[in-house]
Amino acid sequence: MSLLLENVKKSYREPNGSTLPILDIERFEVKEREQVVLIGESGSGKSTLLNVISGITAADSGKVTIAGTEIASMAEVVRDRFRAERIGFVFQTFNLLPAFSALENVLLGMSFSRKKPNRDRAKELLALVGLEHRLHHHPKQMSVGEQQRVAVARALANQPKLLLADEPTANVDLANQETILHLLRDACAQNQISMLLVTHSQEVAKQFDRVETLSDFNKVHAKV
Amino acid sequence: MNTLTIAWKSIRQRRLASLLTALSVALGVTLMISVLVINGVIDRMFNQTASGYDLIVGPKGSALQLVLNTVFRVGAPIENLPYRYYTELKKDPRVEEAIPFAIGDVTQTGGFPIVGTIPRYFALEYVPGRHFRINADGKFLPGTWDSVIGSAVAKQNNWKMGDEFSLIHGSAESGHVHDEKFKIVGILAPTGTPNDRTVFVNLRGFYQVSGHEKPLEEAIRREAAFFGETVDEEKLKTLAKENAAHDHHDHAGHDHAGHDHDVPDAQKEVTAILVQMKGDRLRGFTTIKFQSELKEGNQAQAVNPIQQISWLMTNIVGNIRTMLIVLTSLIIIVSGVSIFVSIYNSMSDRKREIAIMRALGAGRTTVFAIILSESVLLCLGGGILGIILGHGLVFIAAPIIEARSGLLINPFAFSSVELILLPVLVVLASLVGFIPAMTAYRTDVASTLSD
Repeated sequence: MSLLLENVKKSYREPNGSTLPILDIERFEVKEREQVVLIGESGSGKSTLLNVISGITAADSGKVTIAGTEIASMAEVVRDRFRAERIGFVFQTFNLLPAFSALENVLLGMSFSRKKPNRDRAKELLALVGLEHRLHHHPKQMSVGEQQRVAVARALANQPKLLLADEPTANVDLANQETILHLLRDACAQNQISMLLVTHSQEVAKQFDRVETLSDFNKVHAKV
Repeated sequence: MNTLTIAWKSIRQRRLASLLTALSVALGVTLMISVLVINGVIDRMFNQTASGYDLIVGPKGSALQLVLNTVFRVGAPIENLPYRYYTELKKDPRVEEAIPFAIGDVTQTGGFPIVGTIPRYFALEYVPGRHFRINADGKFLPGTWDSVIGSAVAKQNNWKMGDEFSLIHGSAESGHVHDEKFKIVGILAPTGTPNDRTVFVNLRGFYQVSGHEKPLEEAIRREAAFFGETVDEEKLKTLAKENAAHDHHDHAGHDHAGHDHDVPDAQKEVTAILVQMKGDRLRGFTTIKFQSELKEGNQAQAVNPIQQISWLMTNIVGNIRTMLIVLTSLIIIVSGVSIFVSIYNSMSDRKREIAIMRALGAGRTTVFAIILSESVLLCLGGGILGIILGHGLVFIAAPIIEARSGLLINPFAFSSVELILLPVLVVLASLVGFIPAMTAYRTDVASTLSD
């Protein structure tokens, strides 16, 4: 399998000192090349789950295994490197760096892995998302749809094993929603990448074979 | 894309703020370079100028004034010594060379100091290992009304060989122009010393300028008083009669070419005598002994110019230099603080960028290094710009300073302190970049991205 969560718990300490549980997941799995949609209400812990899977946030307990490697027990520096090399991330707000061109944003995605950034591959990826004519444009010179396509190219830069997408179509118009979803699905299928996509949108969810609701497997019922 | 490239991108994104910050560093470094280079020149000027002789013998009074007046031609002479004192001192077996100096007047044009001396002065080294050089057809004061001028005098007054000039008695303010004219027979090559701004005239001619010789009776009485002798009144009366019968004092309008009348020694005075002692190994000892003998004699003083210059350097010039270096260092530190403020202020805007990089897999140390690199790049960029500007300033100012002060400044002068300037800037940048870099290091990725 590509992703396996076992007995993962995560809670936050509130300013008054009390503990607020967010995640309590006995088991959750995404198989290799599987594309899964995760839906959940606002505040249900979707973003925390993505952060725990990507290693941005450490789980309080439990195991997070990605492509056979257990990351929860890794030192932070190793986890950062693992994230750079094995996990692609597409954010709701694109999160491109404004000082960098489209090409440089993709190259930046390659910069934190041990491999040398490959300019040709970055260009290929931008061509794949239909932006071969926008290589040297900066984010503010591009439409929101184009920006999200750059973000998709960046997420694919290091040939990840798992792609995490947090509401990737929430900030784009309908036409671009379709384009971006197709791009993500096709790219993951072609490159044998598993995908976990978080969304609010039923329109988006119904395009996927497997749709999971977070509250179904997260034993924390407290609504944050 | 490496750390430096990412840092450089960020600097470029905040072009104006970055440019202003780097410029403030550049300004500090420019001033520092100028101070260092000019300090080097002043250092050389003060420490090498009095190298051709061991002692300056002059009247009792301020030792520093004697040195400043004799070597740097600044200020008024203390008083005068009788010429006989010079002739007797020259006979001292321990003395290798004694050069008389009569300083007092200035040129009518430009107000350059006039030094009456003898040609042998030009055989002395003006800085260690360097002898005066003169233009191809120039001569070192062979005739009574001959003059050798410094390079800055020639340049500023646009004087050429064969030109004649007048002297103003005392200082330029007195306004009394002597009738006698001296002719330029030599122009010195630049020396980078006060000699460049000096006009040397033949000592014989200097004495023959009307008013330079003391009235005979007064001169004889003064000389006798100086040596502690009794005046022979009868002999004085006879001499006074002879002198009145042959009065040379009405020089107005007449041509001095071929008119050479020697002034009696009793009427001559010197303001200082440059003394070179004999011997090699015991020269230092002989010099000290000689100096102490003069002190006991209570007639004159012998001053070691190096000691006085060293005192001046340590207590006055040195303090000014230290103050300037401290001031420019403060400017650089303030520039460093402005780098800190600039980067630190930008951190709140850049927290998200840092969080994005962290989400893409950048480690905490990587984002720390990126911010620190920004600080170093700004400091180094400003520093290099400052070095270029500083040397550019020296390059442009060198001919102006030379024309105004006679100080020779090598436009490509380089101070060895500059070698540590850039490493010091890197340390400063690391210090001021540390806190913003720590802010980046501690960025909470999850909460920043969710904002």
